[in-house]
Amino acid sequence: MPIALTVNGETRTVDVEPDTPLLWVLRDTLGLTGTKFGCGIAACGACTVHLDSRAVRTCTLPVSAAEGMSITTIEGLAPDGALHAVQHAWIDQQVPQCGYCQSGMIMAVSALLAQRPDPNDAQIDAAVTNICRCGTFVRVRRAIHAIADGGKQEGRHG
Amino acid sequence: MGKWTRRAFIGAGSLVGGGFVLGVAGVAFAPGRHGVVSADAADKGGLTTWITVTPDDFVTILVPHCEMGQGSQTGLAMMAAEEMEADWDRVRIEEAPALDAYANAYMLRAFTGDAMPAPLGRAIDYGAYRLARWFGTQATGGSLAVRGTGYGMRVAGAAAREMLLAAAAERFGVPAHECAAARSRITHAWSRQSAGFGGLAKAAAAIPAPADPPLKDPDTFVIRRTSKPRFDIPPKVDGSVRYGIDFTLPGMLHAAVDIAPVEGGRLVSVDPAPAKAMPGVQEVVELENAVAVVADSYWRARKALAALRPAYDDAGHGGVSSATIFAAFDEALGDAPEMPAEAAKVVTADYRVPFLAHATMEPMACTARVEGDRAEVWAGTQDPLNARSIAAGALDFDADQVQLTNLMLGGGYGRRLPFCFDYVDLGVRIAKAMSPAPVKLVWSRENDIQHDYYRPAAMCRYAGALDPDGRPLAVAAHYAGGGDGESLFMPYSIPDQRFDGRRAPHHVREGAWRSVLNSQHGFFKESFIDEMAHAAGRDPYRFRRNLMGGHPRFRAALDRAAEMAHWGSPLPEREGRGIAVAESFGSIVAQVAHVAVSPEGRVRVRNVHAAVDCGDVVNPDSAAAQIEGGVIFGLSAAMVGEISIAGGRVVESNFNDHRMIRMADAPDVRVEFIRSDHRPGGLGEPGVPPVAPAVTNAVFAATGIRVRDLPIEKQDLSAPI
Ligand code: FES
Ligand code: FES
Repeated sequence: MPIALTVNGETRTVDVEPDTPLLWVLRDTLGLTGTKFGCGIAACGACTVHLDSRAVRTCTLPVSAAEGMSITTIEGLAPDGALHAVQHAWIDQQVPQCGYCQSGMIMAVSALLAQRPDPNDAQIDAAVTNICRCGTFVRVRRAIHAIADGGKQEGRHG
Repeated sequence: MGKWTRRAFIGAGSLVGGGFVLGVAGVAFAPGRHGVVSADAADKGGLTTWITVTPDDFVTILVPHCEMGQGSQTGLAMMAAEEMEADWDRVRIEEAPALDAYANAYMLRAFTGDAMPAPLGRAIDYGAYRLARWFGTQATGGSLAVRGTGYGMRVAGAAAREMLLAAAAERFGVPAHECAAARSRITHAWSRQSAGFGGLAKAAAAIPAPADPPLKDPDTFVIRRTSKPRFDIPPKVDGSVRYGIDFTLPGMLHAAVDIAPVEGGRLVSVDPAPAKAMPGVQEVVELENAVAVVADSYWRARKALAALRPAYDDAGHGGVSSATIFAAFDEALGDAPEMPAEAAKVVTADYRVPFLAHATMEPMACTARVEGDRAEVWAGTQDPLNARSIAAGALDFDADQVQLTNLMLGGGYGRRLPFCFDYVDLGVRIAKAMSPAPVKLVWSRENDIQHDYYRPAAMCRYAGALDPDGRPLAVAAHYAGGGDGESLFMPYSIPDQRFDGRRAPHHVREGAWRSVLNSQHGFFKESFIDEMAHAAGRDPYRFRRNLMGGHPRFRAALDRAAEMAHWGSPLPEREGRGIAVAESFGSIVAQVAHVAVSPEGRVRVRNVHAAVDCGDVVNPDSAAAQIEGGVIFGLSAAMVGEISIAGGRVVESNFNDHRMIRMADAPDVRVEFIRSDHRPGGLGEPGVPPVAPAVTNAVFAATGIRVRDLPIEKQDLSAPI
């Protein structure tokens, strides 16, 4: 059954079973492999995308549930060739190690910052529950605070 | 084309278009002698190479190690670029393909614990080379990327610099020793002549390669010892990097697999009909120990696999559980080691640690295409050569009938080391059944957690003796689950030290887990020395320190960690600090953990301070990241990590029951490096071993309760009412 999706601003029609998790549609049908498979039970966050700007784990989300919503993946987080503030901070702070969890981590963090530009540690802990086996948490936190501080300096908020 | 000689290990030649190529191997070979033919031989001048200079002034460095996120490629390239005097802003890095020429003899040397290899031009270690070839090894593991290969990288860079200097001197008509290299230019100051590496590349290619180029004095380093951004990071923030699991080919099929739950078990029967009736399913492939569904999409393969009810035997291990394994350990350990009769006080303690999974975030994946007598394989491995021979073995091919392309790893930690390539083995067997269609096998997380090469469970029975003044007279242990010289080593001057390994075999598959045997023994020995300090009525930091007279590097690291953490400053009720120090892979790491234990018994690690002596630090920021990562990895294990066995099989199956710490439980980690001219030690592993004992020692300081059995969460630490 054809399903129309809006992915990174483009309309894409896919012909898959409606119970197929959005993750596999993104990766295997649409070739957007930046979104990762880590557990398949919504326990690790590797598969996080934005669904109408909320962070959502796609490995347990049937594609049919995403119909009509705006899906943003890591590939579409920033316009072509540019980087999102979170991606910049990730390079500045040299956050990724193996990098495998980082698409999901960046999607979770960017959704948090869109809601709360200057989160405190408890808010970060509650919103960013992704697993990183390489243990980049120290730098993830540092990078989030650096973005918030940068925002303050630019007088955008706070 | 420069000649590869059996003595020099350095070869040079020209590139099409006026470039220069230089190869150094830690091994002796001549072109063709070992059938070395690189896939891009035409572009690279027919040599397998480590460094090229192109007319656009760019230096490209081929690094014979895969990148697992440790920054080893950047670090190795820095070592070559430093010697070469290359302009770091015009350096590119490429990973070497899986070819025999890169077999890294030095890794084996480092594993055997030898000193730094002698200069390549002077001493030739045919023994190590033959061993390396014997194993077909090109492994990245054991924190050795910078330790072993780095030396070869330095020699390569130095040789390239000498040849460029010679070419410039010829062009300027001056003696080479009057010329200087810096930032990819050669300058003759007095005659005010200068030329870029790119312009000199063609001429340099004609200079004979020096056999024994001089290496730079560390005091003149300009690239090393400064933090350089890692090359592999930018593609990791925009989703563009391709891992093994992301690989795809036109017409590729997808496979999902179910594997005999008990190690050694076989597939007895399976009715393929329910899967075959499902949409998109191409085949149900029965293997000796597994059944796979191949479909036109991965999700369809998984769904169809779930419809199957395969039956397996348990290889006779159905009665094995964690309890029976530890009971066997307990029995094998026997009585506590004997202590001298003159002891004023004897301390004894048993410690246990469970099996652990690597749980790399990227599940195992392997794409393969088998066509006639050839096979192509794409997978992320820590050792492409060994993975290739495993693939060849599964297909009954010779290694050279298989071409393996190594892809980016979503984590290794020892899971993708030599002889741990069950996913490659399964992948090529399934692809063979579907020949000539390419098939990508992707493991589920359940496959991964239940079919790992686990960190060995271990148990240790310690005894120690103190004299009337609280000075240790003896320390001894019986241990089961493995141990070696490095992991058992204690930097304390205790006159009588005895360690006795006991065997209590079981069928659970084991492997090397980040820091190998040091994670178990680091916990055992650094817990026990803490217990001895307590029995002696001494401060655990000072007690250790007083015994370290013979080991100044350990003492310096311990002192620094204590200083960083303000050891001894007052803390609130139910908070405490713990200290531990361990050497692994040539690096000494001391850590102080600060914990708070809630009245309900929940442990929160507030921060960890780590002082590291890893010898000369190549890339400080990336080195710090490795230690931070090691601390978190070790902390996950200490706090919540456990793989348990029941009915012969692994009980845990996914991140819901095999848990990991996350942001909320991650402490702040502060890392400092001790300035040291010792040869570089490893960085990926050494952060791990001290964490567990630092935290349990801190828990003891906070509560008076000694955790001797990991993970910590098993122990009731609630406050007495
Ligand atoms: S793959 Fe979706 S949360 Fe782990
Ligand atoms: S960077 Fe490797 S899992 Fe997070």
